[in-house]
Amino acid sequence: MDRRIRVLIGKPGLDGHDRGAKYIARALRDAGMEVIYTGIRQTPQAIADAAIQEDVDFVGLSLLSGAHNHLFPEVARILREKGAGDIVLFGGGVIPEEDIPGLQNAGFKAIFTPGAPASDVVSFIENEQKNRS
Amino acid sequence: MTPGDSLAGDVTRGVVRAVARGLSFVENGSPGASALLHALFPLVPDHFTIGVTGPPGAGKSTLLDRMITRYRSQGSRVGVIAVDPSSPFTGGALLGDRLRMQSHSTDPGVFIRSMGSRGHLGGLSGATRDAALLLAAAGYDPVFLETVGVGQAEVEIAEVADLTVLVLVPGAGDDVQAMKAGIMEIGDLIVLNKADRPGIDQLEAAVTASLDLVPRGRARPGVARVSAVTGEGLEDLWALMDSHLASIDPAKRRLENTRRTLRGLLAETGTLFAARLLERDFGTEEQILELISNGATTPYEVGRRLARTAERMLSGNEREED
Repeated sequence: MDRRIRVLIGKPGLDGHDRGAKYIARALRDAGMEVIYTGIRQTPQAIADAAIQEDVDFVGLSLLSGAHNHLFPEVARILREKGAGDIVLFGGGVIPEEDIPGLQNAGFKAIFTPGAPASDVVSFIENEQKNRS
Repeated sequence: MTPGDSLAGDVTRGVVRAVARGLSFVENGSPGASALLHALFPLVPDHFTIGVTGPPGAGKSTLLDRMITRYRSQGSRVGVIAVDPSSPFTGGALLGDRLRMQSHSTDPGVFIRSMGSRGHLGGLSGATRDAALLLAAAGYDPVFLETVGVGQAEVEIAEVADLTVLVLVPGAGDDVQAMKAGIMEIGDLIVLNKADRPGIDQLEAAVTASLDLVPRGRARPGVARVSAVTGEGLEDLWALMDSHLASIDPAKRRLENTRRTLRGLLAETGTLFAARLLERDFGTEEQILELISNGATTPYEVGRRLARTAERMLSGNEREED
């Protein structure tokens, strides 16, 4: 049996700043995970559909435009609606401190803000994966 | 009824989550995988698998995106397995082929799955053939297989796909490259992509000259000059693809595929069995390596004795002394 942690990294919304998303994707790859990178300007529906087809364990969303309060919960809602509420969600980007509790309520297990080292994301995923299996 | 049966049922009904789960089973070699494939095997309808291969950055995914659009416009449900390389050091992989197929990202008639090659060296992953079978059982036809960006020798795709499309681009070497064995021999069709780039005429001349020497008895591959980005030349490519697919005998093809599946399983089972026998008679790999470095035996001696034991087991005299 050869089981790998599978993570989808997606960028919903309209900002095209994908340096952070690519950096995280690369760091997760180097931690031995299979990372599906879906690119910029994806709709929540497209991200959720891809996550289900790819049968990922985690979905990480990155957003720098300020629309996270709308777009992040939307991805969570569609995944739940499609019976994929077991996929662990995390987010990152320019996200004000006061928005974090709301995103956590919407189902996001962790939010990484600018300056968070990539190793934090790796250990978050590895710990969560232990709890899942 | 086992859990494998109900999953198989959901797969054949095209339930997306079940198809995705089933693919993971197959890819991971999970305990339920062979039961699932066993249940699906008789239910797989006739279908085509189309392979897309070529060097990194040749435009395979972009061309595939165009192919999906074309088959969708004809009402087909399209499956895609896109393989990208896994790291030989960490096992991790960055799977980015989906990125180029975004125009189909919310189309329920398209199922795209990315796979890491996971140490498999032929340009595909070890599970690709079974994964394609599963997608076909779920009603996707055609099933596209996109290889990792290949070099010269990754020719496995030609064994799995009914139609192999080799994508080349200008500027990747002189006419001697086009004469080499391996990848240049496996395309049923050769696409010269990025036709808007300089060097396309030289590429076409080199490929054509190389094909003029195709041995008798093998069909000469069609050549299409296209730009996947602008859409130029695609109509010619569709015509070539259709005529190749029309020439295939489905029954014969299915038999060939089954033969290869059987051989794959043979190799897998054989390896497993040999490993257990090795451990029983000689110890762990580390112990054997130590024996060898002490000069007590050689790898060849180990192999020979293993073969002899297997011989004896088959003839029922395992216990007989050397």
